[in-house]
Amino acid sequence: MTLTLELQNQKERTPIVAQTVFLGAGLAFLLAAPLFFYPVFLMKLLCFALFACAFNLLLGYTGLLSFGHAAFFGGAAYFTGHAVKEWGLPPELGILAGVVGAALLGVVIGFFAIRRQGIYFAMITLALAQMFYFFCLQAEFTHGEDGIQSVPRGHLFGFIDLSQSSNMYYFVLAVFVIGIAIIWRIINSPFGMILKSIRENETRAISLGYSVRNYKLGAFVMSAALTGLAGGLKALVFQFATLTDVGWQMSGEVILMTLLGGIGTLIGPLFGAALVVTLQNYLATSEFPVTIITGVVFMICVLLFRRGIVGEFYNSRLGRRLGFEHRQKH
Amino acid sequence: MTTIFGIPLQALLGQLLIGLINGSFYALLSLGLAIIFGLLRVINFAHGAQYMLGAFIAWLLLAHFGIGYWPALILAPLLVGLIGAIIECTMLRRLYSLDPLYGLLFTFGLALTIEGTFRYLYGASGQPYATPALLTGGANLGFMFLPIYRGWAIVFSLFICIGTWLLIEKTKLGSYLRAATENPVLVQSFGINVPLLLTLTYGLGATLAALAGVLAAPIYQVSPLMGSNIIIVVFAVVVVGGMGSIMGAIVTGYLLGVAEGLTKVFYPEASNIVIFVIMAIVLLLRPAGLFGRDA
Repeated sequence: MTLTLELQNQKERTPIVAQTVFLGAGLAFLLAAPLFFYPVFLMKLLCFALFACAFNLLLGYTGLLSFGHAAFFGGAAYFTGHAVKEWGLPPELGILAGVVGAALLGVVIGFFAIRRQGIYFAMITLALAQMFYFFCLQAEFTHGEDGIQSVPRGHLFGFIDLSQSSNMYYFVLAVFVIGIAIIWRIINSPFGMILKSIRENETRAISLGYSVRNYKLGAFVMSAALTGLAGGLKALVFQFATLTDVGWQMSGEVILMTLLGGIGTLIGPLFGAALVVTLQNYLATSEFPVTIITGVVFMICVLLFRRGIVGEFYNSRLGRRLGFEHRQKH
Repeated sequence: MTTIFGIPLQALLGQLLIGLINGSFYALLSLGLAIIFGLLRVINFAHGAQYMLGAFIAWLLLAHFGIGYWPALILAPLLVGLIGAIIECTMLRRLYSLDPLYGLLFTFGLALTIEGTFRYLYGASGQPYATPALLTGGANLGFMFLPIYRGWAIVFSLFICIGTWLLIEKTKLGSYLRAATENPVLVQSFGINVPLLLTLTYGLGATLAALAGVLAAPIYQVSPLMGSNIIIVVFAVVVVGGMGSIMGAIVTGYLLGVAEGLTKVFYPEASNIVIFVIMAIVLLLRPAGLFGRDA
């Protein structure tokens, strides 16, 4: 009897042990990474990874495909850039400005988009984001085609000089970890459970008495705000904010990162983002356009590989043995 | 000079004409989208790329084989339709059993691939396509000057729209199509080859997009980006019209084109976004769209 109990205990413990080991290894790798890789590349990767994870909060856990997340990402980059450069705010408040701006934008776009479902939702978010793109093209503070240039990184809390790239890297890493922790907290909260139930069966969630609309809008705004966190961070890393980040191509890119890594897995988008950013960096020097590869990878993923890298791992024999059994949206 | 609301009549009519032309393309494209969506439940993101492909094939035919506008007006759409049918047969078909969002994502990838390839081969700048000799010049209507080709584009697209509507509403093939939209399983059990019908439908949608592309070639420049610029607007048109009816798609296309043209006269800064604003208002007042059936 004691033996079976122990075995059971062990069975329950394996996933937690495995997850802790993976988490520890991942963190150790990220802490040591600047020794091996170019810091700006790593920072770009972390910004996009956070962006994709925030996007996945909506697609993977609520089942809403937004085709307009570039508006929040690029919009926040503009807000942060403007706040830091023109108003002279410190970086932490500048990023806050980006997050708040993106969240407000999320309230407006979300308010309209959740009036329709499924495919219409995707088209509405795309159209409204394109509207925001045209706004950015014409608005004064974005400086049109030039964008906001030479955004100062400033001093964090007044005494950490972020113009030093190692300081900046650890700042980005800290924000990234906080962002992921927030997402983890959301999806494991009662609120997150209701989001998943909306994903699985919206009608039933309504019949159980949940005001699905409010939950959807809540998820949309949270996703937008976290996307804003990534966008504001990116403006500080690269010290500029341009139209590229608000264009529809960017919305497509984040979908690809999420799809490639694994829709509905917490860390999948991180791997997807890493792959896409590495690929872009690799191809940046060659003549060959990234769009073709992006498009082909998109088609292959949708046709053959819908679980994504991490999703496939979770569903593989090894993944199951380590206790990663997982339900994804298909 | 005659003025209306302080705007010279000439300018008003000129923008109205541009609006009608843009509206013709919106109508043709949203018509194709609506037909494909009706039967396949797929939002064809590649519609813009197929429109671009039509224009590009016409341009290539002229540049490399000396084949002029009139043969191209038939050849290019047929070719694009054939490519569309092959894509449906080999790839798109596998996605019908899944969430419709995967169809959208697949066609998005397809659009990126096609556009990326043409950008790689021909650069991002536009190529001019000469107006066919028969339709050059213009007509003085007394109150305004009408370039003949633009008049032709409006008339021809209207003709195609009505023709397609008749095909779907009044012919046997169209009745199969409508029946399959309502209940594919039942139609299949009557001995009608539904998979073939799906292939034909996607091919027809792609053909319509390419036809719009050839028609647009002499008006706008032939550029790899022409499709992605228009497709998002067409999506908004589709949201406004709702995809319940073929006629709805056509009427909304023309209406929004004209609305865009008029905005250019009265408040030019907003002309880029007016269609999106209309979309937002329609979503507030009538979420299912002007002609939509589903809530």
